[in-house]
Amino acid sequence: MSTSALRPAATEPPEGSSETDLFSKFDALIETREQLLSTGLTDPFGLVMEEVVSPTVAICNGRKTILLGTYNYMGMTFDPDVIAAGKKALDEFGSGTTGSRVLNGTYVGHKAVEDALKDFYAMDHAMVFSTGYQANLGIISTMAGKDDYIILDIDSHASIYDGCALGNAQIVPFRHNDIDALEKRLKRLPPEAGKLVVLEGVYSMLGDIAPLKEMVAVCKAAGAMVLVDEAHSMGFIGEHGRGVAEAQGVIDDVDFIIGTFSKSVGTVGGFCVSNHPKFEILRLVCRPYVFTASLPPSVVATAATSIRKLMHGKAKRDHLWENSKKLHAGLKALGFTLGTDEPQSAIIAVIMPDLERGAAMWEALLHEGLYVNLARPPATPAGMTLLRCSLCAEHSSEQVDEILGMFEAAGRATGCIN
Amino acid sequence: MTDRAETEAKVMALIEPFNKKGVEVTEATRFAQDLEWDSLTVLDFVANIEDEFDIIITMNQQAEIETVGQLVDAVGKLRG
Repeated sequence: MSTSALRPAATEPPEGSSETDLFSKFDALIETREQLLSTGLTDPFGLVMEEVVSPTVAICNGRKTILLGTYNYMGMTFDPDVIAAGKKALDEFGSGTTGSRVLNGTYVGHKAVEDALKDFYAMDHAMVFSTGYQANLGIISTMAGKDDYIILDIDSHASIYDGCALGNAQIVPFRHNDIDALEKRLKRLPPEAGKLVVLEGVYSMLGDIAPLKEMVAVCKAAGAMVLVDEAHSMGFIGEHGRGVAEAQGVIDDVDFIIGTFSKSVGTVGGFCVSNHPKFEILRLVCRPYVFTASLPPSVVATAATSIRKLMHGKAKRDHLWENSKKLHAGLKALGFTLGTDEPQSAIIAVIMPDLERGAAMWEALLHEGLYVNLARPPATPAGMTLLRCSLCAEHSSEQVDEILGMFEAAGRATGCIN
Repeated sequence: MTDRAETEAKVMALIEPFNKKGVEVTEATRFAQDLEWDSLTVLDFVANIEDEFDIIITMNQQAEIETVGQLVDAVGKLRG
């Protein structure tokens, strides 16, 4: 989501509002929400899971609900080995580290998960952050200094934009996945200036992938360093599950890969892997790494176990692709408009005509017993309202059939399909 | 035509396809408030400006540009 581009209009309090304070800037949003909820609609951003049965099923509002919006791509959250590792670490190392990675917050478990990442990606260095958001925030803001340029896809994740905002580099956006637009901009920048190009393997809103092969080549020709956020591809895309850069054969030319533990790995945390010989210095200069507490021992233990198991996840990867293809084809046949013509990842985005019908459809699906993500501007590109489905390797083929039946019923009930 | 007048004429011509509301555009016209452009429209428009003049207008610089006149000045400066 982009934040600034040709100075945005200042928000003025609406007429008739008596009290004006620092909250007044949110009045328009408060009003939109009140209007939407006054129709009796369930708040799509206030769902509570009362019980989690498995990676694909939870109890919401007392009802058994199939989860199709969790990013739990490889279904590792209930893996017995992962759970056992977490419990053991909790017993042996306690509930938290109460400290920064550079002070008292590095335990053997933190080193072990970094070793697991180095093995997983076959790279020299790995640095673990407390969240994926902080990994982008830290690496981007630290790597690009005042006179450097960050060139980024306009549809980049909020954590990438926030990394830009935290630093003080010059920011140059280019049109989504447009190789030519990227190349033109790189060529116009001063040849001697430092350049960091920030790309994503899978763009999470529409589930489309980047043409990394071409883009990385263009970046290297311009002498730019390349960072690829592979949050939504780890464990699933590429021969070893290393992501889109691996699948397209350019992983050796990527300078930094950013990833997360909160999707395929099934816990929480973020990381950066790299082969750069000077990489380790970042541990001392990267503020979102230094000035926060490290991950709890149980979290790094579950992550390390999960990452090592993901190295041998080919059968699961194959099944996840089958699920993605089946859901994509089924939704298309029902008459829904999808974010991509062909399935490119484990995310299938269903494009809704507007927020009202999107919210109605979201609620109808929940009543059918299906949870998907309702995504709306400014998180979405081009002001779209999306019902975003993310599949799991643990969804059975029968569950995908059930999901399609629910989409059909909810789609007809809300008039989204005929 | 002076350089500035020429730049302004080109900028005005590039605004036109995005001027969906048919607003009368002057140097004082504001992109956000008067033309009511969203961020995607801004991206497309800025890309066209950049291609026309073979320049880069960074987001940092864009944040300082509110009116058509300010954009014309910025383009003039960036062309050197």
